[in-house]
Amino acid sequence: MNSVLNTLLDIFREPSVIIGLIALLGLVLQRKSLSDTLKGTIKAFVGFLVLAAGAGVVSDALTPFGEMFQHAFGVQGVVPNNEAIVGKVLTDYGSQAALIFFFGMIVNVLLARFTRFKFIYMSGHVALYLSAMIAVILIANGFSTWQTVLWGSLAEGLITTLSPALVQPWMRKVTKQDNVALGHTGNFGIATSGLVGKLVGDTKKSTEDLKIPKGLGFLRDTTVVIAVSMGIIYLLVTLVAGAGYVEDKLSGGQWFLLWAVMQAGKFSAGVFIILAGVRVVLAEIIPAFKGISEKLVPNAKPALDVPIVFTFAPNAVLIGFLSSFVGGLIGMGVLVAIGGTIIIPGIVAHFMTGAASGVIGNATGGRRGAVLGAMTNGLMITFLPLLVLPFLGDVGLANSTFSDADFGVSGFLLGSAVRWGHSAVIVLILASLAAVFVGSAVATRREAAKSAADPGPESESEQQPVV
Amino acid sequence: MKFLAMCSTGLGSSFMVRMNIEDIVRELQLPDVTVEHSDISSAGPESADVFFVAKDLEDAAAGLGDVVVLNSIIDKDELRDAVKSAAARHGLT
Repeated sequence: MNSVLNTLLDIFREPSVIIGLIALLGLVLQRKSLSDTLKGTIKAFVGFLVLAAGAGVVSDALTPFGEMFQHAFGVQGVVPNNEAIVGKVLTDYGSQAALIFFFGMIVNVLLARFTRFKFIYMSGHVALYLSAMIAVILIANGFSTWQTVLWGSLAEGLITTLSPALVQPWMRKVTKQDNVALGHTGNFGIATSGLVGKLVGDTKKSTEDLKIPKGLGFLRDTTVVIAVSMGIIYLLVTLVAGAGYVEDKLSGGQWFLLWAVMQAGKFSAGVFIILAGVRVVLAEIIPAFKGISEKLVPNAKPALDVPIVFTFAPNAVLIGFLSSFVGGLIGMGVLVAIGGTIIIPGIVAHFMTGAASGVIGNATGGRRGAVLGAMTNGLMITFLPLLVLPFLGDVGLANSTFSDADFGVSGFLLGSAVRWGHSAVIVLILASLAAVFVGSAVATRREAAKSAADPGPESESEQQPVV
Repeated sequence: MKFLAMCSTGLGSSFMVRMNIEDIVRELQLPDVTVEHSDISSAGPESADVFFVAKDLEDAAAGLGDVVVLNSIIDKDELRDAVKSAAARHGLT
């Protein structure tokens, strides 16, 4: 009996198997053919192992970077990159994260079904990264496995339902419709950008009236961008650390500048592998989630990845990225002046969330809104990770961390609650759940009272869904 | 016949476009079409017969062959027309 139990536990300690089982369930629910079901299950299982392999490659490149940075500057240097940190986390806490991801989707569908927050979080990759962060914070601070999965799933479902709601008032301005939402872990920074734009901006002067030269298309090639940006960072740090130290301690005698370029290439290669793994895993799981949520939630608003807003204001995309990056550089300068851990601007995060902040900032406050809003986002994604690092246990020492603003805000809330005590986490999550239901009921009642008093045509909210 | 939706990471928006193309292919009952998604750097001219990208990636996708540029990737009507004409170009209807 005991050995059967142990075998079962062994199986559940393998995140790749859990991911395979989740995919199997989804494929069966979609009534796929036997061959498609088998194929999809095996692909998801193998996809997770691909992801784990990429994590090893990234980690091989990051470990010497951390040592070198410490030697050169005497402080910890952290590169915020979601794929890099998630790879490591999923190798260590993958089972719990996979279960939080899975049950978090169910909580998301239930909240969307029974409240006014009709957002279905379709960006599976960032949802997976979020579940990884939640798992680390809870486990590193002493929650048992089943408690981690229970409270973690509720937290995941709450965040994925509420985060799109933050940006939706601004999204309506961008898309001129109310049936598509933004689903990304940068949402808190992007929503803040909208607010900044509204406060300081002038919508009459749009970014889209500017003539901006093209030719930055290479920025859209993730592999190239990561290799180039990490190459610059590695070379700079290698030069400060010195040829003697690097060739003696780290490169095994290889010329130090070549070694630096090779490490940057390896980092990019690792991220490439992780992305491929994530893509395969999600390809088997998300279609089931989409199908089920469409059946169960009438008038669902899919919350989609940030590039959906890029076509609405191409100039704002570029301006937003640059402004956010400048914000990141300013933030890094401040950290250098203060001393202590340094957050190096992560180029992918500044591109994705900065560009979206630019588009949203432009919609609420024109050029000034795009620049200042995106710069605020850049400052936020520099300082917020520092607030979360202390709650991540060993993972906090990994020279990489979660990059976007939602990770910072939700990680800080969850982490601070954990420090108060386990019951504080439970109170926080239950209180948030109650607030969602009460807030939703109050809004419905208020709207009913309003439409009874004023039977005018309802404006945006009753259009037909497009996606 | 293979359609490929692409975005910069191949995770979020290309996946969404792919699922919408799959719905449309089913709706139009196009025979023998497989739909996949990927990041733009992994794709080459041999990767598919028709490539779908958002307007902001138009330059990055140049040279792949039959590239369909979408003005808005959340507009399903635009996508339906694009899929229809791609199918017609390749003699599927």
